[in-house]
Amino acid sequence: MTVETYPWAPGFVAGDRPKIVTSRFAHEDSHTLERYLATGGYEGLRAALAKSPSEVHEQVRGSTLLGRGGAGFPAGVKWGLTPEGVFPRYLVVNGDESEPGTYKDRLLMERDPHQLIEGCLIACYAAGLSRCFLYIRGEMALAQERVATALNEAYAAGYIGRDILGSGFGVDIVLHWGAGAYVVGEETALIESLEGNRGMPRLKPPFFPAAIGLYGKPTIVNNVETLSNLPFIAANGPEAYTAIGTETSPGTRMVAVSGHVRRPGVYEIVNGTTTFRDLLYGEEFCGGIRDGNDLKAFVPGGGSAPWFLSDQLDLPFEGRQVGAAGSMLGSGAIMVMDSTTDIPAAALTLTRFYAHESCGKCVPCREGGTWLMRVLERVVAGEGTSDDLDLLLEVGQSICPGDMPHASSEALGLDATPFPYKMTTICFVGPSAYVPVHSALTLFRSEFESRVAPARSRTRIPVVAAGGGQ
Amino acid sequence: MSRFTPENLTLAREIIGRYPRPKSALIPLLHLAQEQEGWISEEAMREIAELVGVTPAEVRGTGTFYEMFHFEPIGRYLLNICGTMSCALMGAGDLLHAAEEELGIRAGGTTSDGLITLHRAECQAACTEAPCLQVNYRYRFRVTPDGVRELISELRSGALADEIPPHGTLATVRQHIPADRAVGAVDPDEDTSPPSWVPVSVEGAS
Repeated sequence: MTVETYPWAPGFVAGDRPKIVTSRFAHEDSHTLERYLATGGYEGLRAALAKSPSEVHEQVRGSTLLGRGGAGFPAGVKWGLTPEGVFPRYLVVNGDESEPGTYKDRLLMERDPHQLIEGCLIACYAAGLSRCFLYIRGEMALAQERVATALNEAYAAGYIGRDILGSGFGVDIVLHWGAGAYVVGEETALIESLEGNRGMPRLKPPFFPAAIGLYGKPTIVNNVETLSNLPFIAANGPEAYTAIGTETSPGTRMVAVSGHVRRPGVYEIVNGTTTFRDLLYGEEFCGGIRDGNDLKAFVPGGGSAPWFLSDQLDLPFEGRQVGAAGSMLGSGAIMVMDSTTDIPAAALTLTRFYAHESCGKCVPCREGGTWLMRVLERVVAGEGTSDDLDLLLEVGQSICPGDMPHASSEALGLDATPFPYKMTTICFVGPSAYVPVHSALTLFRSEFESRVAPARSRTRIPVVAAGGGQ
Repeated sequence: MSRFTPENLTLAREIIGRYPRPKSALIPLLHLAQEQEGWISEEAMREIAELVGVTPAEVRGTGTFYEMFHFEPIGRYLLNICGTMSCALMGAGDLLHAAEEELGIRAGGTTSDGLITLHRAECQAACTEAPCLQVNYRYRFRVTPDGVRELISELRSGALADEIPPHGTLATVRQHIPADRAVGAVDPDEDTSPPSWVPVSVEGAS
């Protein structure tokens, strides 16, 4: 059992596990074309170009490669949603990684940009996409630099542009970069932003930009990690890919584990079988909670995910089981809170994030997120009353009406409510402001109650007198 | 003075040419203006509007949505201290206090010499290296309050002038698509034929 870290890849922790997307991270020069070609680079593209586009699409379908952006939608199925015979079609790469707790796309762009480029080329070839826009988060200056350098190298070497490798296949990859807006990670907001507009999600339907996307044309939006898996699948075949992981969650996944653990890090794990206990306590992973403390709670799938307790540690990192247990895997990010954590304050950091990032299009999110933040702020500051706890849930209900998913707890005698929730907003930013509040209040209500004063007797403003109803 | 330099104007036209519709270049051009001046002026927005064929109000409308764009002068160095969950759990609050104390300003403010603007930022995608911060979008990982004070003194002394370009500059390498290799951008409504490598017998025949 070995654990390796590399000074040129801060945060990444390697071990004796199958590697698909991080296989070159051990090399300091993994971002260069020279190293890429010396380690099997662009072999997947060559293998793909020797087949017909539909054969390559079939390979990806057969691999059951699940999207790594958060929703976990199978990439091969997504590609198939483009309407037949409608052109041009575009590929938009979602490198706007901003979900709290999450980072793996940044590492993949900084450390192996050619792998991503090769993945883009394979996707364009297979799905008939004639132009690719690679949208990188604005704040990621190094990733932009590495991808720009790699694109320049790959153009010069004939891997991108006209008549790639003499095959007749030709596509441009255009580097695009954002300017600071979490919501742009939502695929229709990403497209709006790429069209030069405010990054607000589009009304649905149409549900998939594969039907109507960039400039109203069929558009595939894929995540950086998703595309980075394609060179392996094209070079080695879908069987080699499905040989790793489980039937429903094949391959590997990048998972970032942060917070109160001994060795926080980004790990490439075997998909579907690795449990949260392995990740948090395994010596080849995080090695336990810091200072020998007890685990209090953890967020299993990025800031938008309902929280888990130690009751859920033995669940595998697998979408369906985690969903049934009341949360989601999201973007592959675990945030760990030990016994010293101030739970209401921790919830506030997430609610404030989503309130801040609301684009303002849907009222329940724009107003509700801010209300949740303000009420929670006064509770955390010790200025709230017990009314405020009910108010938090009431405001939350206007964003997510009905049952909210949450974890089970033996100590609290609580059964799980499975994912997902209902929502009154177009995208997940609004619900995500409520999720941490709901999780914290459901699982740690006593911590809130001990901070608030008894309910004040309030005088309701008599709206009836103004001619309104009760 | 806020007009693009001749070099940047050439670059702006090159960037616009990569997109099937010019308005798509709006955000990259706002970045270019901010790189040239450190912030984005009315004049710069008017020029961008002309270049991409929209009104100046549309440029402002888009630009003001995005946090990274500044429409008033800010410090040479933008110090963004992350305060989202993982960093908060690992002591980000102490970093912000140390920075506020050392700089004598509150988060959101700029030092009177115009050198440093301090922001409390949201998640910077370095959660395992918490608490983290960025100076002009260059990372510093696992930072301590002493580390913040040291960083500020290095920024003040000019010791980091080579490593960290002034606010507005992101990547120092730009993409260049060689003309002899480019496929080129076409208007999506003009050319609706399938790409050359897609067999007609498979696509669109049914």
